[in-house]
Amino acid sequence: MCLAIPVKIVELLDDGMARVTMEGVSKVVSVALVEDLEVGDYVILHVGYALSRISSEEAERTLALLREAGAVGAEAAP
Amino acid sequence: MSGVMRPVGRKLDLKNGRVDLTHGSGGRAMAQLIADIFHVAFDNEWLRRADDQAVFDVPPGRLAMTTDGYVISPLFFPGGDIGSLAVHGTINDIAMSGARPLKLTASFILEEGFALADLKRIADSMGDAARGAGVPIVAGDTKVVERGKADGVFISTAGIGVVPEGLTLSANRAQPGDVVIVSGSMGDHGVAIMSCRENLQFDTDLLSDSAALHELTALMVATAAPSLRLMRDPTRGGLAATLNEIAHQSDVGVRIAEGAIPVKPSVAAACELLGLDPLYVANEGKLVAIVAPEAAQALLAAMRAHPLGAEAAIIGEIVADQNRFVQMTTSFGGGRIVDWLSGEQLPRIC
Amino acid sequence: MKYVDEYRDGELARAIAATIAAEARPERIYRFMEFCGGHTHAISRYGVEDLLPPNVRMIHGPGCPVCVLPVGRIDEAIALARLPDVTLCTYGDLMRVPASGGMSLTKAKAGGADIRMVYSTLDAVRIAENEPDRKVVFFAIGFETTTPPTAMAVLAAQKKGLSNFSIFCNHVLTPAAILAIFESPEVKTLGAVEIDGFVGPAHVSTVIGTRPYEPFARSYRKPVVISGFEPLDVMQSILMLVRQMNEGRAEVENQYIRAVTRDGNLRAQAIVADMFELRESFEWRGLGQVANSALRLRDAYAAFDAERIFPIARSNAQDNPACECGAILRGVKKPAECKLFGTACTPETPMGSCMVSSEGACAAHWTYGRFRDAAKMRAAE
Repeated sequence: MCLAIPVKIVELLDDGMARVTMEGVSKVVSVALVEDLEVGDYVILHVGYALSRISSEEAERTLALLREAGAVGAEAAP
Repeated sequence: MSGVMRPVGRKLDLKNGRVDLTHGSGGRAMAQLIADIFHVAFDNEWLRRADDQAVFDVPPGRLAMTTDGYVISPLFFPGGDIGSLAVHGTINDIAMSGARPLKLTASFILEEGFALADLKRIADSMGDAARGAGVPIVAGDTKVVERGKADGVFISTAGIGVVPEGLTLSANRAQPGDVVIVSGSMGDHGVAIMSCRENLQFDTDLLSDSAALHELTALMVATAAPSLRLMRDPTRGGLAATLNEIAHQSDVGVRIAEGAIPVKPSVAAACELLGLDPLYVANEGKLVAIVAPEAAQALLAAMRAHPLGAEAAIIGEIVADQNRFVQMTTSFGGGRIVDWLSGEQLPRIC
Repeated sequence: MKYVDEYRDGELARAIAATIAAEARPERIYRFMEFCGGHTHAISRYGVEDLLPPNVRMIHGPGCPVCVLPVGRIDEAIALARLPDVTLCTYGDLMRVPASGGMSLTKAKAGGADIRMVYSTLDAVRIAENEPDRKVVFFAIGFETTTPPTAMAVLAAQKKGLSNFSIFCNHVLTPAAILAIFESPEVKTLGAVEIDGFVGPAHVSTVIGTRPYEPFARSYRKPVVISGFEPLDVMQSILMLVRQMNEGRAEVENQYIRAVTRDGNLRAQAIVADMFELRESFEWRGLGQVANSALRLRDAYAAFDAERIFPIARSNAQDNPACECGAILRGVKKPAECKLFGTACTPETPMGSCMVSSEGACAAHWTYGRFRDAAKMRAAE
């Protein structure tokens, strides 16, 4: 379950709300569940609530690990 | 519409007035509504004659005829309204047969209390759409129902066109080896509508793609007529519904590549947000064409040269398949069936 | 789309698939259960199983809150919606789930019940605020990802002083469900279902962290990899599970490091703990009564508890006896083994939730598996 997507914070609003955007689609959602957010941060959005901040460093690390995993396969493949 | 009697008395209050039951009763009030709103917006020689029917010559050949109902909500959306949608949609139904659309009719079921300003806006939009397409609205009807019995306005249309000699396009003509082409990006209309829906509000620059396709189809027929099997516009149910219909009616399978299907980034993003699949989202200014392989490249080039086909793309082919599956190779490299949806696609949390 | 497209790269997928094929030992069979319905959906939507070697198999688990909701609870929700002045707000997923007697929320709505689909609990609160004459009941379902949004709605309603907002609470817990699978007869004693490892849920884990899975890895000696939602995340997680098995490890590993930490979202956890308590027992479709697996509102929030406000009878409705959703949810049977699959039960006429839910195993098989079966039959000819 848990359809959730990464969206970017473009504006912090009152009452724990924020405007977020993804590819030109923007929506006002709640960010009350995540602390210390700044404009420009990416968050995971689920049913109108941000649940966690996406770490860009860890995202990069994941991509590097993926490429590494792929490299092994590329060598092993016939 | 009944004869126009120039009514004496107060002008229609187009700013603050509302439809009431007298506007549907066949009397002076109805005549005034028709004259001041519909005749002004649609103006043409048949409406000026003010008969109950339009009489005109038809070119020789076979006629194509269609009818459609429009109940969309919201009535006004980015890129159009129920009126322009009605004109474009009816023209497109005719155009998909390769026919040149000739005339339209439009009948209105109005809800008591509907704002005349909104009705005028819709009528004007229809008039503009009809004039822009060169297809006049030559006859119509108006009824009013009690408050609560119609969602503002329902529009019902009919259209006729003339089919070029020798051309038979039909959904049962697709054959293994044929090429599948779409005229442009998928899902624009449905997402534009959803962005206005209460409880789903999101902001986007996206506009409905509502457009009359008859000039594009005329060009396509001229370019590829003997090799063109069929054209269809993927409205409700989206591309997926149209491909499944074709597969079933022609008793074939369809194989498409996800990476080849044009989808605007904002449509993709909105679908991600709501958990929808763009393949199932409605389009109102796009078409799917099935063409024999030898004519595919020429057809594609011709389409791309037209503004409404600028993003046309080959997305797949027809194959023999007794299961009549529509199968898609995902951009990821795996495969999946694109099934016929049962009912409307709903936003999901899971 | 940033943080999305990069994880859907087909070329990289094929390369990782080659790695999995190279590292999966040919004499072994690797059976992994993806617990989360969102993973089931991603696997079927992207055709991930097509890319796996034949000895690496995925078993679909019960991590779909729509699938595990018993028929009786939908009946009760419909009963609520039919009470005078009640407006039932629900997520779209539930609209077509079959209830007793061929009923569903969609059909009840057609019959005149005021049932409204919402994207977010905030919308339900807004309705309650804008329509003070309506008694708004929010049909709350979901695992730990979706519980904090429900809690926030109750807090918002409380802050606004709304007396016409309540929730019908069906929130369930992931660790309890995993435990129920491990303790189910098919897994524990009969060995009918062999699960070598788990692909752990993505967004549940952003809330609860990776810590709650550690007891399972320890006690049952099965590796768990918490996986992101995108197909490359799933493939990497499968590779990590294969490696753990090859190396004889049984640990909790986090593949979804960009969004999940060991502790999770402590603020969300605190809000939920303050508002909800464990039900002693709750019925799950397919798993029967499971202890300490679901939540209800604490007494302090009784004013927002639809079950305490409205007089609705408990429904003990059971599934159609031929419906195999239960067995399918536990991984005991495959969709094609259900007599109703494809005949009485299709997406058009669903008999059980596995077919209605977009991430149910049966819906996934309908979309993805059928042509694979057809291909196998053709290959065999």
